[in-house]
Amino acid sequence: MTTAPVTPHEARCDGILRPGNTNCAGCGMSIGLQWLEQALEGERPTLCIPACCGIVTAGTFPTSAYGVPTVACTFASAASVATGVSSVYAMNGEDELTVCWTGDGGTYDIGVATWSAAAERNEDLLYICYDNEIYGNTGGQRSSATPQGVKTSTTSEGKLEPKKDIMALVAAHRVPYAATLSVAHRDDFMRKVKTARQMKGFRFLLMLSPCPTGWKSEPGDSVDLIDTAVRCGLFPLYEVYGGRRYRINARPDGTPLEDYIKRQRRYRSATLDLDALQAQIRENWAHLETMARAFPAPEL
Amino acid sequence: MPRGATVWSGPPLRLRGLKPAARRLEIHVARELVTGNNAAGYTLALAGEANRKARGAICGAYPITPQTEIVEFLRDFKFTKGRVVAVESEHSAMGVCIGGALAGARSFTASSSNGLAYMTENVFAAGYYRLPIVMIGVNRTLGPPWNIWTDQGDTLALRDAAWLQFYTESHQDLVDTILLAFRVSEDPRVLLPSLVAEDGFVVSHTQTVVDLPEQEQVDRYLPPLDLPHRLRGKGVTVGGMIVPHDTERHRMEIQAAMDRVPQVLAEAIDEFERVFGRRPHGTLSAEHTEDAETVLIACNTMVRTLRTVVKRRRERGQKIGLIKAKLFRPFPRQDYVRAIGSAKRVGVLDRNHSPGSGGIFWTEIATSLREKPGLLLQDYLVGLGGGDVTPAILDEILDDLNARTVASEPVWKEVLS
Repeated sequence: MTTAPVTPHEARCDGILRPGNTNCAGCGMSIGLQWLEQALEGERPTLCIPACCGIVTAGTFPTSAYGVPTVACTFASAASVATGVSSVYAMNGEDELTVCWTGDGGTYDIGVATWSAAAERNEDLLYICYDNEIYGNTGGQRSSATPQGVKTSTTSEGKLEPKKDIMALVAAHRVPYAATLSVAHRDDFMRKVKTARQMKGFRFLLMLSPCPTGWKSEPGDSVDLIDTAVRCGLFPLYEVYGGRRYRINARPDGTPLEDYIKRQRRYRSATLDLDALQAQIRENWAHLETMARAFPAPEL
Repeated sequence: MPRGATVWSGPPLRLRGLKPAARRLEIHVARELVTGNNAAGYTLALAGEANRKARGAICGAYPITPQTEIVEFLRDFKFTKGRVVAVESEHSAMGVCIGGALAGARSFTASSSNGLAYMTENVFAAGYYRLPIVMIGVNRTLGPPWNIWTDQGDTLALRDAAWLQFYTESHQDLVDTILLAFRVSEDPRVLLPSLVAEDGFVVSHTQTVVDLPEQEQVDRYLPPLDLPHRLRGKGVTVGGMIVPHDTERHRMEIQAAMDRVPQVLAEAIDEFERVFGRRPHGTLSAEHTEDAETVLIACNTMVRTLRTVVKRRRERGQKIGLIKAKLFRPFPRQDYVRAIGSAKRVGVLDRNHSPGSGGIFWTEIATSLREKPGLLLQDYLVGLGGGDVTPAILDEILDDLNARTVASEPVWKEVLS
């Protein structure tokens, strides 16, 4: 008995993420990349991807799971390589979108100087960080995106320090646009990518990206976990225009934080302090609401 | 428009650092008094401008002494199609060059010393991506402790990065070699980046009269760049993951490209002579070696002092020759074997130090001469950290070498004398 060769649909071969990639089940990137493709409505960006799970996604040479031009950059270089790419596209009159697709290690840690400089120069880049709060493809070490109380292979008792507020850091560069993305809020995700696409200059999108392998959660829970993170207030959905003008897209609805925590074994640590975490969330929201009141973005 | 991007307005060209009376340079007046850095910046700019009808020019620019004037010059040059991005680090400077080259532009930058060390990861990446980037390495001692004077240790540390390496002795050699480097690097038979080294301060910050190229000549000499593997909208991942046997193939292809460099370089020199009327040195320059019993090998500006000493001794009837080491990667082993011929004693002047080994040129030359039994090969570590290498020091070295019956471990010239 012979098996017919699997021929992926032609259209899927030209999209951003091809079938047959190596992503884990329940990986936020799989949703994020497909929604990015849908939001761009057939436009084919050039991806600059540093060392991270996102470049493992591609698989090994000569095949690639990316159906668009992709540069596998050195770890800290996504924003500098993308600067070169987008500059040459622009000087040749090509209206091509250049996207940095990076993990939290490449964004919160090793790549900060690079993207900060690109933001300060207001390079014409769409910078997307899929944040799984861990060095994923090295087996799960802490990054400065790892939340307080989370166990990783380098914080075996649980991380002591709170997560870095990367959105505040980006906003401080007064870039045209920064927004958070949820893989549980499709309309909001689509609108933000489209908003970013229509703008010029440095645009930053932060996607909380579920990682069942690192979070020790069930793959089938991934989308619901992100929904819960938004509902309990842990991961606010908001936009910042010009680094000053805020718009909140979804507010906490009273869902308990425990609903998010208890489904991830990474939070089973000695240093997890739920009350402190709850207090941080309240403080974050007080700050966000104050900013949105004092410096509101125009109504949609 | 970005600040500093509009100074250039066609001939005459203003060169920085010149006295007011000499500041205006008519392009068609080829011979001009310039510093090494201005000559290098000017040549890079003309090379970038020559790609204006193709996909333009790109440069990631970051300052470091003694290289800074090169990137300042480039920032002031108004490219028809090009951009010089003032970035936040050398690592990003090479990142911008990599991205720009992958998108099809002619790419170049310059750095020195710890800047090159900081850039290193992306220097390797540029080589492994097979991008014909040209970088000026203005030699400066690596620190700490901090020392801004010349020493070839900074560029030699990048010898394994899949880049061609040229070492230049003068302003003119620098200008000519930059053009050769673009031509060879961009040749489809090579497609590897080039590093062109010049001595910090001795060349970078001194003025001399140089035959500068004209744009029209550079346009003829450097054809439009058409990188075969540039980003062209296809679903191709550049530099992704690779398994061991494909890695071996990748490295073998790089070696094969390196092996083709001497031939491509020879052709580039012939074409250079047709366009510019001069004939720059190629892999090396062997001078008075035909009947020489003693040969000294040196690179960069040490060659010029050595030439004076050799000439003087030749006038006294001594059979002494010299080899100017120019191409370091690929290392032209057979050219050294031929150039050394039947000499009995060979001394290597190394203005660099690989701790635990010795001079880096020495080990390369020793490998090249392994089939020459009975040859006395001696290494001299000289002028480290930019110490003056005077004719008197070279005379002492020659006397030492001529008196030897056996070679020793590398001699620390400054310390022992």
